[in-house]
Amino acid sequence: MNPRAWLAVTLAIAAGLAAVALLRRRAAGRPAWRRFFRHPPAAIGIALLVSVTALALLAPLAAPYAPAAQLDIIGLQNQAPSLLHPMGTDLYSRDVWSRLVYGARISLAIGALAMAVAVTVGAVVGALAGYFRRSVDAVLMRLVDVGLAVPRMFILLMIVALWEGLSLPMLVLVIGLTGWFATSRLVRAEVLSLRERGFVESARALGASPARVIFRHVLPNAAAPIVISAALGIGNVILLESGLSFLGLGVAPPIPSWGNMIADGASELATAPWSTLFPGLAIGLVVMALNAVADALRDALDPSQETA
Amino acid sequence: MGAWLARRSLAALAIVLAVVTFTFLLIHLAPGSPFLPPPGRPVDPDALLRTRHTFGLDRPLPVQYVRYLAALLTGDFGPSYSRHETAAAALAGAIPNTLLLAGAALVIDFSLGLALGCWQAARARRAGDVIAGSVTLFIASLPTFWLALVLLLVFGERLRWFPVGGLSDPVTYAALPWIGKLGDRAWHLALPALTLGLVGAAGTARYQRAALLEVLGRDFVRTARAKGLRERRVLLVHALRNALLPFITLAGLAFPFLLTGAVLVETVFAWPGMGKLAADAIFSRDYPLVTASAVIGSAMVVTGSLLADVLYAVADPRTRVPAP
Repeated sequence: MNPRAWLAVTLAIAAGLAAVALLRRRAAGRPAWRRFFRHPPAAIGIALLVSVTALALLAPLAAPYAPAAQLDIIGLQNQAPSLLHPMGTDLYSRDVWSRLVYGARISLAIGALAMAVAVTVGAVVGALAGYFRRSVDAVLMRLVDVGLAVPRMFILLMIVALWEGLSLPMLVLVIGLTGWFATSRLVRAEVLSLRERGFVESARALGASPARVIFRHVLPNAAAPIVISAALGIGNVILLESGLSFLGLGVAPPIPSWGNMIADGASELATAPWSTLFPGLAIGLVVMALNAVADALRDALDPSQETA
Repeated sequence: MGAWLARRSLAALAIVLAVVTFTFLLIHLAPGSPFLPPPGRPVDPDALLRTRHTFGLDRPLPVQYVRYLAALLTGDFGPSYSRHETAAAALAGAIPNTLLLAGAALVIDFSLGLALGCWQAARARRAGDVIAGSVTLFIASLPTFWLALVLLLVFGERLRWFPVGGLSDPVTYAALPWIGKLGDRAWHLALPALTLGLVGAAGTARYQRAALLEVLGRDFVRTARAKGLRERRVLLVHALRNALLPFITLAGLAFPFLLTGAVLVETVFAWPGMGKLAADAIFSRDYPLVTASAVIGSAMVVTGSLLADVLYAVADPRTRVPAP
């Protein structure tokens, strides 16, 4: 670690704390945000997520070494954590901290993008099924039944293994397209009740097209389940990516992702446990922060379902 | 109830059929095929054609599909390409191992999760609850296979309390008396079951705590307290009975979790169950075995949720759907 890296870490932590302070100040006048900050873990979660994101953005500053650089394959293999290498080095003498920082970029980006795909498809399908009902609803929901019947990991394994050497954008797309089933069910339920409300009827009476009614009037009011499943979805995708990469089917080395770092370290578990432990801890902390934020969001956006 | 059950069972069957079709199409649309010669080793092209003909792979896709379905009706999943046995036999060998693992994991999951959930609900928002809540949230957020690796490192490599993998000891198992065999099995089962059980228990505890707290706010609980019953009795008898209902759904949902979690955990511990079998089959392009695993897997998922619905209707008459 050099002073530049320490500076980047300090900056990232400061960004996280500042974000929470800013949000808290804005929360003062708004009941939903006040309910959100009634959960202490949610504030910690936001701080952590902003810090990790900042660190990922600042990766060239925060990482003292290039993520794939093999420093000294003979002399610096499997070094224990020290001041120079705060998380040790791995089998190929690469600095684990540098890889972790660059891996955050990949893992977070895959999580956010795949979730965006899943939530978009889920929201649109759910809205179509709930708004048009009858045959549209029946067909789409039977499709969802089938999608939910096969474990997601299993579909992913099949697609990724059969189409060898899937590019990163395709991987994101595939993960996203296998993750919208549950979201569409939630959105559909919300839309079914919304469509009977007066303002939807007025919009229709004014001659608004179905597309306009759905996107301008119905979906914005169904934001709660969408936002919550988005927060949970990112965490889920990060876990899935790590599982796929662990089997050697996710992000291909030498690009570091938290999942393939665990996979690389697993063979050296007995001699260099740090190269496995730290990426796993990083996944655990980020997913935990996302789950805590989702819990608080549920409380903030939907006071009827208080979870205490 | 009878008509409703019939309709639900029919729908479940239709879902499994759809999964079969989807898997079949996906696998045949994918690039590459089984029986490709290994790189750098020439293979007689005639032999290749003959092999493809033996397994019917040179037929048009619709014909292969209909043949596959017809065979499926008689319980024939076809030959496994990568093993010297039928796909059905390979599955029959693996399913007991997965059920053993899933069963042991479920016992840990539900007993630990229920106990912790009740314990937390009894002291909601106090220090013990907050600490336990953070721990369960963390465990529920971990990649299962990573937890498996950590347990392997601590209890397998360092402390050497448990073996690092496999179903039984490869050397001594055959010579052990029956009680020793049983012990050896349990000893090998401990770590994988603990991994899946802990992750499950974290989720169960969070769920159970929320369900109990919800029930504790209802009128009948206040009545029970007003009657002067002890808090322990109110919690464990009056509240818990009512908070157990959603638990049925949770049990039904545990099937897919154990199946998917099991792919990675079974790989880490070299546990010869369905998850590992399916992953191996996918890697070796063993079409019949992949499709067969998908059929069995989705059948388990669908049965799980059907069973949960039926049990729910039995336990809570309010949810019984009137026959349309």
